[in-house]
Amino acid sequence: MASPYENIQPDYRIILDWVSPNASVLDLGCGSGDLLYLLIKEKKVHGHGIEISVEEIYKCVAKGLNVLHGDIENGLADYKDQSFDYVILNQSLQQIMHMDRVLLDALRVGKRVIVGFPNFAYYRSRLQILLSGKTPVNGALPYQWYETPNLHFLSILDFIEYCRKKNVKIEQTAFLGKAKKVHLFPNFLAQSGVFLISGNGLSESYQI
Amino acid sequence: MDIKPAFVQTGHFTFDKLKLENGEEFGPVTIAYETYGKLNPDRSNAILVLHALTGDAHAAGYHEGEKDPGWWDAMIGPGKGFDTNEYFVICSNVFGGCKGSTGPSSINPSSGKPYALDFPVITINDMVNCQKRLIDHFGIEQLLAVVGGSMGGMQVLSWMVNYPKSIRGAIPIATTAKHSPQQIAFNEAGRLSIMADPNWNSGNYYDGKAPDKGLAVARMIGHITYMSDVSMAEKFGRQKKWPSKNEKFTADFEVEGYLRYRGDNFVKRFDANSYLYITKALDHFDGFAGKSVQEAFEQVKAKVMVVAFKSDWLYPAYQSQEIVRACKISGLQTSYCEIKSTYGHDAFLLEIEEESHLIQHFLKKVFYDYEATDGFTI
Repeated sequence: MASPYENIQPDYRIILDWVSPNASVLDLGCGSGDLLYLLIKEKKVHGHGIEISVEEIYKCVAKGLNVLHGDIENGLADYKDQSFDYVILNQSLQQIMHMDRVLLDALRVGKRVIVGFPNFAYYRSRLQILLSGKTPVNGALPYQWYETPNLHFLSILDFIEYCRKKNVKIEQTAFLGKAKKVHLFPNFLAQSGVFLISGNGLSESYQI
Repeated sequence: MDIKPAFVQTGHFTFDKLKLENGEEFGPVTIAYETYGKLNPDRSNAILVLHALTGDAHAAGYHEGEKDPGWWDAMIGPGKGFDTNEYFVICSNVFGGCKGSTGPSSINPSSGKPYALDFPVITINDMVNCQKRLIDHFGIEQLLAVVGGSMGGMQVLSWMVNYPKSIRGAIPIATTAKHSPQQIAFNEAGRLSIMADPNWNSGNYYDGKAPDKGLAVARMIGHITYMSDVSMAEKFGRQKKWPSKNEKFTADFEVEGYLRYRGDNFVKRFDANSYLYITKALDHFDGFAGKSVQEAFEQVKAKVMVVAFKSDWLYPAYQSQEIVRACKISGLQTSYCEIKSTYGHDAFLLEIEEESHLIQHFLKKVFYDYEATDGFTI
């Protein structure tokens, strides 16, 4: 069956697959609201977004979304435990100053959390550092060092180790290369990783 | 196409008795109102616009023979933020006011003279109870939205708490759930300036000279708080009004002349006792009615759009964020936007483009009850 959303970006498609219908979703750093919009149209979710840029807020409102203007760092405290089925931090995690605190709070507020971030250990990044001796700029990390919004540079392995350390359960993973999913050596070949995690229960030793 | 719109007129609705929040019964009460657009057959497109401290029922359009349109004309009309091709907009003058609704300057039927200070203490909730009577009179069971800036925004909160089932949408703008000590302080300075005017005469001035000087100073204080450092600098700079004369203490600077002019104009259209009563109502208002946020908003199902402005230091954004916080705790569908502006508190009357954008889309969302739209499907 042809979907009107054939051209959506691959990380959105993964998240769309993972989120169950009619769920409640909080998208932290929702940008112009494309992902939330997609989730509402395709999965009939009930969604809220939090976004810092006023221009993006106007775009979200034009899409009919519920969106709160503010930064992610202070956005979660007011919500009760388990207020949402999913809290999404897609490509925003690495830009949050107190990332650890926010992620743990997201795990409190959401039954599950979806996290997507660029993989710093992508082989091109490794090569660029090794061969040119300069900060990597590539598909996964498209910014020059002096203009990057990223505050944390983590790899897929880093994140898995973090989850293990914090007793965060990794429920699903997906790794993305330039155009499609990566199944082998994701920490080397993937530009980005998407994780479905939850705070209940201990982390299992996770194999990749 | 430049079609001259028809003139608008103010209507009046009177009812016998109002039970005040303080327990007293008061009556009769007249409420002045205007409407724009058409009520649809199932009465589902009505929006109640609530005015600020010194506003009135004349929110849009022109009165016959008048040069200036209503106070929110840029927002209300065909194709505007509140599109009167789609929606039926009602605006009424608050209870306690002096622009056609019953207030301290109205005639007390038992004495044949103005009430003056015999007028009872009133609250924001009393104002809203009068509005509810007006809405009932129109046969409107549920409003599409209630909207207002500043004091109007407090009335929006009062509607949410007291008549949660009567509203589908709520838009509090540049407002607060409770006045801060700073806001109370500015109001008190205004009140004392009125009461310090010998013409005030304990409120009994209706057959003599009014306390114009005191009221003008109160308005000047108000005006200062409605602007920002930047907007004053842009508007006036340190521009001199006219070459220095030999007189002492004249209005040398543009800003002084402007404030005097604003003050002097204000006394022509506003009653000093109304100013006292309404500012007291503002200061005592508690948007959550002394309850926990959760209890106060327990019955609310309305979608909410909270709007604040960056340079507004009289009703700073943190106060709007407290309202947002209450909505979050209560699980309400909420949007919040802090609009970039240098106009200070006045911004809610001036940042038309941004406000229109937010409000148009929000109203559509509420009216059609959808979660998201690409803008073309409806």
